[in-house]
Amino acid sequence: MAASQQESAIRTSNTARVLIYLLLLLFAFFYLLPLFVMGVNSVKPLSEITGGNMMALPEVWTLEPWRKAWSEAQVGVQATGLKPYFWNSIKMVVPAVFISTILGALNGYVLTKWRFRGDTILFGLMLFACFIPFQIVLIPMARVLGIFGLAGTTWGLVLVHVVYGIGFTTLYFRNYYAAFPTELVRAAQIDGAGFFQIFWRIMLPSSGPIIVVSVIWQFTNIWNDFLFGASFADFSSQPMTVALNNLVQSSTGVKEYNVHFAGAILAALPTLLVYIVAGRFFVRGLMAGSVKG
Amino acid sequence: MGFLDIDSASKTYGSVEVLHNVNISVGEGEFLVLVGPSGCGKSTLLNMIAGLEDITSGEIRLKGNLMNGVHPSRRNIAMVFQSYALYPNMTVAQNITFGLEMHKVPKAERVSAMQEVAELLQIGGLLNRKPAQLSGGQRQRVAMGRALVRNPEVFLFDEPLSNLDAKLRVDMRTEIKKLHQNLGTTIVYVTHDQIEAMTLSTRIAVMNEGHVQQLGTPKEIYDTPANLFVATFMGSPSMNLVPVTINANGEAVYAETSNSFGETVRLAVPEAGSDLRSMSGKTVTLGIRPEALTDKDGADHRSTHVEHCASAVGVTEPAGSDTFVTTSFGEAECVARMRADTDASSGAVIEFAFNMEKAVFFDPKSGIRID
Repeated sequence: MAASQQESAIRTSNTARVLIYLLLLLFAFFYLLPLFVMGVNSVKPLSEITGGNMMALPEVWTLEPWRKAWSEAQVGVQATGLKPYFWNSIKMVVPAVFISTILGALNGYVLTKWRFRGDTILFGLMLFACFIPFQIVLIPMARVLGIFGLAGTTWGLVLVHVVYGIGFTTLYFRNYYAAFPTELVRAAQIDGAGFFQIFWRIMLPSSGPIIVVSVIWQFTNIWNDFLFGASFADFSSQPMTVALNNLVQSSTGVKEYNVHFAGAILAALPTLLVYIVAGRFFVRGLMAGSVKG
Repeated sequence: MGFLDIDSASKTYGSVEVLHNVNISVGEGEFLVLVGPSGCGKSTLLNMIAGLEDITSGEIRLKGNLMNGVHPSRRNIAMVFQSYALYPNMTVAQNITFGLEMHKVPKAERVSAMQEVAELLQIGGLLNRKPAQLSGGQRQRVAMGRALVRNPEVFLFDEPLSNLDAKLRVDMRTEIKKLHQNLGTTIVYVTHDQIEAMTLSTRIAVMNEGHVQQLGTPKEIYDTPANLFVATFMGSPSMNLVPVTINANGEAVYAETSNSFGETVRLAVPEAGSDLRSMSGKTVTLGIRPEALTDKDGADHRSTHVEHCASAVGVTEPAGSDTFVTTSFGEAECVARMRADTDASSGAVIEFAFNMEKAVFFDPKSGIRID
């Protein structure tokens, strides 16, 4: 009796399992479809796309659209492709991510280990920054950039993104350091380490997982930003997202869908890369933390 | 003037005073233990000595130099924390030498100092490991190594053994005591464990609610507690407190109470002081340690003032080395420490022996000891 019950229980769970996997496969297929369409159409000649079937595999495989999107397509006045804009984005994202992460870590360190009167209020105000919509700051920010002489420059964009990112990075690091034992800071003080020595030698080396979180968040947000790039950059400093828009929206000539697809993938590639590379370290960092004695 | 002087030190947080006018003078090479229940201010006092907390008023001097406002790293002290506070990102060797590095000691000197300490603490094989790969006892050793390597004037220990299991705690306790005997460095040690306090210290400061209740050698603290708090906090099981009436009759002074049947028990008090005599006719509290209240044969043979009286046994608790027997005197529950093979059994009436040489008296209102 008991044995047959057990058997039937196993059978039900097997059926359930098969159903779950089927459903999961279906969803995976559904979500991967757009990527498939982008990939496939970026490697076929334009004639095959305009000929009708977007879903079909290419009859003639070609990397020409990729080359064109990267170095030849008409984006600005000159036919430069997306290449210079890609580097504009890199030149904006790398310093902005670096600076906002370091400042967030410093803020978190001060807010948890060097507490002062009114620190929670200050932290609350910084948190508030996370909820301010982008559109509200456009005009004041334009004014500030003008006063600083940074209007239309990459460093202007770096400033905007650092200011916007600090609320988030401070939140991450403050919460992480709140759980970081204060006795370690005191031990380091007795050992003779100063404010910055404790930060560089003790706090930062123990912050791997939260640095990864901060970098992923900041990198994707800043890389994908369109509004600030479109508002505050001039032709020489426009980021990838604005260039991609210009490429796709250009109203002259034939719409080269295959080039657009290739350009879109190029624009998405760095964030994808960051997720694939850093995401693994992120999980590893979490696991390492969970098995400590 | 001692080696480390704490002079009328007070500490307030906002309007709350957590330490009231603490005066302690520690001699060179002394092992001072600050003991008390949680929230008594002992860790605050230690942090003030370390320089991790400001002193609200009063002075702390080390070798005669005023330490108020001096940065922790310039006080020439080292501290072992309850959680050990080992830097998780550094190896054991780096942990030990970090302080020397911060004090700009040349590398060759750092390495030789580290090896010396590693040998002393037998952690030579662990030098390349990270703290996460160490057991609790090993972490404890590394934490002590980090303190030792700087060769400080004063060691501060903040409940260093409370994260260890019972057996390891006893082993490490012995090791700390050995270390103190070998090195002779001045140590200030905070604990809430009265056995640690008794076994390790050369002097104990018992603290409660921000006041030093009594400062003295372990023997003074144990035998002549200054007040009821010290009497009950130190010792396990704690001191028996029996309400008695003092009866001064010419030369002789008696403490009168009742046994479990309500019969009057008269206990002669040897060498009663004038304060106790003046309490004649009044009720005071008699304090007697469980080991001074035994069965007839178990009483201290060297004591010349043993008083006997019969009483009924409540429960017996065999603890292996001793058997604890409860009874009541003056309607207060009392614990007697008897030999392991005592024949006392629950409900039986047996003779109890009071070693009156060890008896102390307290004013029941103020709690202060009466001599």
